[in-house]
Amino acid sequence: MAELTLQAKVDNLGQVMDLVEEQLTPAGCKMKTLMQVQIAVEEIFVNIAHYAYGESVGMVTIQVDVEGAPGQEQAAVITFADSGTPYNPLEREEPDLGLSVEERPVGGLGIFMVKKSVDSVEYEYRNGENVLVLRKGF
Amino acid sequence: MTITKNRDGSRLVVKLNGRLDTTTSPQLERTLLLDDIDEVIFDLTDLQYLASAGLRVLLTTQKKMNARKGTMVVKNANEMILEVFEMTGFSHVLTIEHD
Repeated sequence: MAELTLQAKVDNLGQVMDLVEEQLTPAGCKMKTLMQVQIAVEEIFVNIAHYAYGESVGMVTIQVDVEGAPGQEQAAVITFADSGTPYNPLEREEPDLGLSVEERPVGGLGIFMVKKSVDSVEYEYRNGENVLVLRKGF
Repeated sequence: MTITKNRDGSRLVVKLNGRLDTTTSPQLERTLLLDDIDEVIFDLTDLQYLASAGLRVLLTTQKKMNARKGTMVVKNANEMILEVFEMTGFSHVLTIEHD
């Protein structure tokens, strides 16, 4: 298990991506799965960076855990905790993918991509923190 | 990410190498000057990663090209990138080609 606590700002995205790769690649996670996990992690991290603390900058803690042993069924479990405004991103309305180019809004895809890229996403507000857990088998 | 642009008259080829994410997408957006361009080709042969911020730039560019009756093609995306297009419905709004 690896844990990183850092300022929730977009400039730190690279550090978060590196943490995920450093934990998952040696565990045998394939490139394609790693990319899917990273897409989900990026969208959640950027969401926290943009919205959790309003105009100020707060902290976020990210844990990356690999469950199971190599050669068996494994899963990446990634937990985000921030003490910003209580907000459940999973309550966002789903985008309409059937719209034409002109009709499609630019944006609104992030959380949808999170849900599609990993096996499960859970959110809860506990002890004054937003806690969001991503899970993806590999 | 490395962005290589080749302009031939009103045709612009943009080759992306690396990761198109929240930090690199604004860089692409700034460098995409579409004045007098009728045809944009994104060469994604060496694109390794695509997040929603990158999709936003592609959609914005497609909208601009449609508005001026121009064309936009996205070519040589790898399997992982194609899955992102599929997942988000972009495979229906983009013109996707392979050499």
